[in-house]
Amino acid sequence: MSNKSLKVDIQKELKEFDLEVNFELKKGRLGILGPSGCGKSMTLKSIAGIVTPDNGVVSLSTGEETVYYDSSKKINLKPQKRNVGYLFQNYALFPNMTVEENVACGLPKDHDEKIVSDMIKRFHLEGLEKRYPRQLSGGQQQRVALARILVYNPDVILLDEPFSAMDTFLKEQLRIELSNSLKDFDGFSIMVTHDRDEAFQFCDELIVLDQGKIIAKGDTYEIFENPGKVEVARLTGCKNISKVEIIDDYHLKSLEWGLVFEVSEKISPNITHIGIRAHDFSAAEKNDVNSFDTKNSTILEMPFEWEITLANGLWWKYDKQIHEHEFELPKYLKADPKNIILLEE
Amino acid sequence: MVDWSPIFISMKTASLSIFITFFFGLIVAWGIVKIKNDTIKSVLDGIFTLPIVLPPTVVGFFLLYIFGVRGPIGKFFLDFFAVQIPFSWSATVIAAVVMSFPLMYRSARGAFEQVDSNLLDAGRTLGMSEWKIFWKILFTNALPGIISGGILAYARGLGEFGATAMLAGNIAGQTRTLPMAVYSEVAGGNMGEASYYVIVIVIISFIAIFIMDYVAIRKEKQWR
Repeated sequence: MSNKSLKVDIQKELKEFDLEVNFELKKGRLGILGPSGCGKSMTLKSIAGIVTPDNGVVSLSTGEETVYYDSSKKINLKPQKRNVGYLFQNYALFPNMTVEENVACGLPKDHDEKIVSDMIKRFHLEGLEKRYPRQLSGGQQQRVALARILVYNPDVILLDEPFSAMDTFLKEQLRIELSNSLKDFDGFSIMVTHDRDEAFQFCDELIVLDQGKIIAKGDTYEIFENPGKVEVARLTGCKNISKVEIIDDYHLKSLEWGLVFEVSEKISPNITHIGIRAHDFSAAEKNDVNSFDTKNSTILEMPFEWEITLANGLWWKYDKQIHEHEFELPKYLKADPKNIILLEE
Repeated sequence: MVDWSPIFISMKTASLSIFITFFFGLIVAWGIVKIKNDTIKSVLDGIFTLPIVLPPTVVGFFLLYIFGVRGPIGKFFLDFFAVQIPFSWSATVIAAVVMSFPLMYRSARGAFEQVDSNLLDAGRTLGMSEWKIFWKILFTNALPGIISGGILAYARGLGEFGATAMLAGNIAGQTRTLPMAVYSEVAGGNMGEASYYVIVIVIISFIAIFIMDYVAIRKEKQWR
């Protein structure tokens, strides 16, 4: 089982931009992070065969090679033949079928009833077999949708923004449930999201998409630590981003905040912006490196953190306890040179 | 003595025409929904909707032109089957089908378009055949709209007058449907006889709508 791989290399002309995505997945979970309308869903749909790309190859090898799509060989396998499970944003359960019927819908007529009942048991849906989707909670619906996919024993599972339409509380619960449900699944899974927390939680590897192009690719931790590009920094949740003017090898001037920063890494001429995460400031003395004063700041209290907007536009977030309500803003703040992220446009 | 033949003729005509309209309307609606090119879609939609916006006599005129003994289809039937379509019972069916078709087609199309396309795609990724997806997902979820389209089309077919008069005429015992009979009796000054037919047509229409509505509501309540 070690030679498994999923190869995707597709191009498709869309109204706003051209989609060009290529990657090869060897194991585990891939996340595709990007703003809405960047071509994420289109990529998933091309893998599932719901949408046909203009050009390229999609193929899966699990010991033997299955070509899903190859424009040069004129191969385009129907979605029915691909063995790819697709978890839709709204789960797309069939409202006219019971839980049982939903789970069994893709199986051949003479299927073994036991497969269905085992799956229902595995997803803790006993007692709900005769219910219709509308009579289920959000969590139950998600489990039915997953059971319906897994009963079919797919090689690849595609998750299309599975939590985007939910309130925060349900979202957090379902993230845990989904994580648990997919624990035993040893195929590939690809999750599309615009939420950095989801991407960080779920995915071993990450692709960042913008306007149909891959702007970052690699290990999830690595991308969060070292975004490299402005858009990637923004998508991974970096609050403070500014255009800069380079002064010398280790100093630059932020044009937006009017401050000069020292950095720990030699500045290459391609650098156009810097980013500083909102948690990466600390109290300082006047003459510290990268320090600045905090006059005329706005302080907002959140349950577990203080949100401070400085007069120059910088954001600072500072953790607190729920019962603390007093906060004395330090006269000066600083950003460690190590924490200043150098970015390219 | 009241002549009962218009009732039987109307029932026969309405039943056969709704059968044809129903399936034909479904297939055409599904075909149109699947077309991706917007221009072709609009043109075809226009053609299929035309009978409902044109005056019935104008539709009748076109039908006579097509199915008349010198028309392309009419001549074919006359030459090969020795069947004359105009002024025969089959003409009442043709008129009813053509006039009621737009209602069925438009309702079915609207109902199909309302069904979440993710459901169809989900069916595909789950390995369901296109045939099964059509009946089990698309048709079933669009059923309330399809049934109401059917009701409207049935009522329209039952009440068809103008195009029928043009293509089928008003031959007692052959092509005289209920609306024709009402017209003939009133024209002959027999308001009493006309009122029998009026009562019958109101009752049939009401029962049909009641039954179909009832079925639709029952079916829907199950899973809503």
